[in-house]
Amino acid sequence: MSNRWSGPLHDVAADAGHVDPPPRVGFFTDTSVCIGCKACEVACKEWNAVPEDGLDLLGMSFDNTGALGADSWRHVAFIEQPRRLGHQETGFAGLPTGPSGIPETAVAVEPRLREAPRGGAELGTSPLPGRTEPQALGMPGFDRPGDATGAESRTDFRWLMASDVCKHCTHAGCLDVCPTGALFRTEFGTVVVQQDICNGCGYCVSGCPYGVIDRREGDGRAQKCTLCYDRLSGGLEPACAKACPTDSIQFGELDELRERAARRVEQLHGLGVPEARLYGHDPNDGVGGDGAFFLLLDEPEVYGLPPNPVVPTRDAAAMWKRAGLAAAAFAVAGVAAFLGEGRR
Amino acid sequence: MTGPDEERTAAEAGVVAERPSDAGGSAAREAEMFQGGRRRRGGEQTVVPEAEIESYYGRPVLKPPVWEWKIAAYLFCGGLAAGSSVVAAGADLTGRAALRRSARLGSLGGLLASLYFLVTDLGRPARFHHMLRVLKPTSPMSVGTWLLSAYGPGAGAAAVAELVPRRWRRTWPARLLQRLARPAGLGAAATAPGVASYTAVLLSHTAVPAWNEVRDELPFVFAGSAAASGGGLGMVTAPVAEAGGARGFAAAGAATELLASRIMEHRLGLVGEVYRTGHVARLRRASEVLTAAGLVGTLTVARRGRAGAAASGLALLAGSALQRFGVFEAGVESTKDPRYVVIPQRG
Repeated sequence: MSNRWSGPLHDVAADAGHVDPPPRVGFFTDTSVCIGCKACEVACKEWNAVPEDGLDLLGMSFDNTGALGADSWRHVAFIEQPRRLGHQETGFAGLPTGPSGIPETAVAVEPRLREAPRGGAELGTSPLPGRTEPQALGMPGFDRPGDATGAESRTDFRWLMASDVCKHCTHAGCLDVCPTGALFRTEFGTVVVQQDICNGCGYCVSGCPYGVIDRREGDGRAQKCTLCYDRLSGGLEPACAKACPTDSIQFGELDELRERAARRVEQLHGLGVPEARLYGHDPNDGVGGDGAFFLLLDEPEVYGLPPNPVVPTRDAAAMWKRAGLAAAAFAVAGVAAFLGEGRR
Repeated sequence: MTGPDEERTAAEAGVVAERPSDAGGSAAREAEMFQGGRRRRGGEQTVVPEAEIESYYGRPVLKPPVWEWKIAAYLFCGGLAAGSSVVAAGADLTGRAALRRSARLGSLGGLLASLYFLVTDLGRPARFHHMLRVLKPTSPMSVGTWLLSAYGPGAGAAAVAELVPRRWRRTWPARLLQRLARPAGLGAAATAPGVASYTAVLLSHTAVPAWNEVRDELPFVFAGSAAASGGGLGMVTAPVAEAGGARGFAAAGAATELLASRIMEHRLGLVGEVYRTGHVARLRRASEVLTAAGLVGTLTVARRGRAGAAASGLALLAGSALQRFGVFEAGVESTKDPRYVVIPQRG
């Protein structure tokens, strides 16, 4: 039983009751070759008819999608850091170029996120509450970057871009807690919401340790990446992978993707990028490994990912035991309270 | 993670310091940020040392619950119904008619309010019956749906039996109902402990830090809270002479709730912040004061007069309600700050 609720599980589709299922498929997103073009976001929206969720600017970076959610099933993160990527020559040493503007934008954006109705977890891009007077974000600047701060503050820089998506976990928190059976495990080992079943109870939103699934405004049902279930059934690869111009998003059989990813990490280490690491590839992690896993160039939290997520179901048996104890105490207290009273 | 952990300064990593204390940003602070200075949050007292984390522009990692205040209200009403059913069964078996009647009506009222809150909080209320398609042991909401389905008819039948007008009491359906009332009420009381405590698992079986990390204590907090409210309602509505059992049940519940709640709050690490600060702390302090006052009143003035009993009962009811809102809001708050997700997972 413990193997079914947490830990490694080789054949998720068979475990879910599919007879003789096809091999489990997934994504390997190699962020080291992502160029931040957002073709995946667009292709996903087009194919799946995901509605528009705001066309304003978030004021924090080139990322104006913000987060995964009911109306964004792919999200390209954008991070600028004052350090070098591998042996890459930034050429800043001889230029009057100062530090990254990212801390300034973060300082401006973060307090507004805290004040937003859902703490910044909402997608989109409506104006954030907070101060009303204009605030300099450091861009566009009319001085050359670094002019004001001088040569001593010049730094290297690198851009991290990563296309995030539903992880299609081996032990999916959303699927486990769904009380209607709307969320189900497909024959491909992916996790999909049946839109004709979902009654919008919202339990999956809090069950997901990655903050992926959300309820769509005005629709009331839970929405997330289906790994293009319809395209898989027709023998096609998902829209995002098809559209990715650099093969940062790779679709395929999970076992093969894991081997390919391990080779790619080794290759990057050899090329002087020791910070390259895989995320979500390990079947022994808290969710039994992800169907969609990543090659990252920094800690997961830098990309907005939880460093060591655990499916809440892991502790389900222990929680019910405690609840059983509390229920027994409740019953004993009730009996004891009236036992001493005697019959009237 | 296969990559080696590299030694990096905060400046290299482009650290986003947590929770800027003001929205603007003085030149000095911005200069500090350029050097990756570690800023400390001013004001709030915390037990746990402040830790610096990197985050994606301070955005939350998790989605906050989409549940509204109605779910907190449901937690209270469901507990009230369960507690009342136990009081009603005790009153029935020991021959206390007034207490039995008010407790049965209280359990039906709590149940109906629960159903209203649960259904209207759905994104698609017309599909509430989809909950009955499956029984999933991994979904506390599914288990709870079936618990309520088992509990509801008994609690309802027992309460309706109390509502039959005098002139219909001699008709055969009314006599049948009267005969069914006791087994129905006892059936409801048998499932009531489950109804009172499963809601703790409902909250804890999530990725929400402030709910998941209190999974050991929350069942006792909620079961105690349910007993305090059920007993409290009996004290408010029944004569002092009949309410002895209700007082005992309420006192045991209130004491359990106070103790478990204290232990829960003090055992928590970093995420304890959300329980100890802001509007959550105000809700919880108010709950604690009301429940403690209600407990003292139950043991003293509630035995002597109707006014004292009513005041003590109302204090317990209010304390129980605020307890639910406090825990609910703590969970919502804990999803909004990435620190509560990232730091415990970094361990």
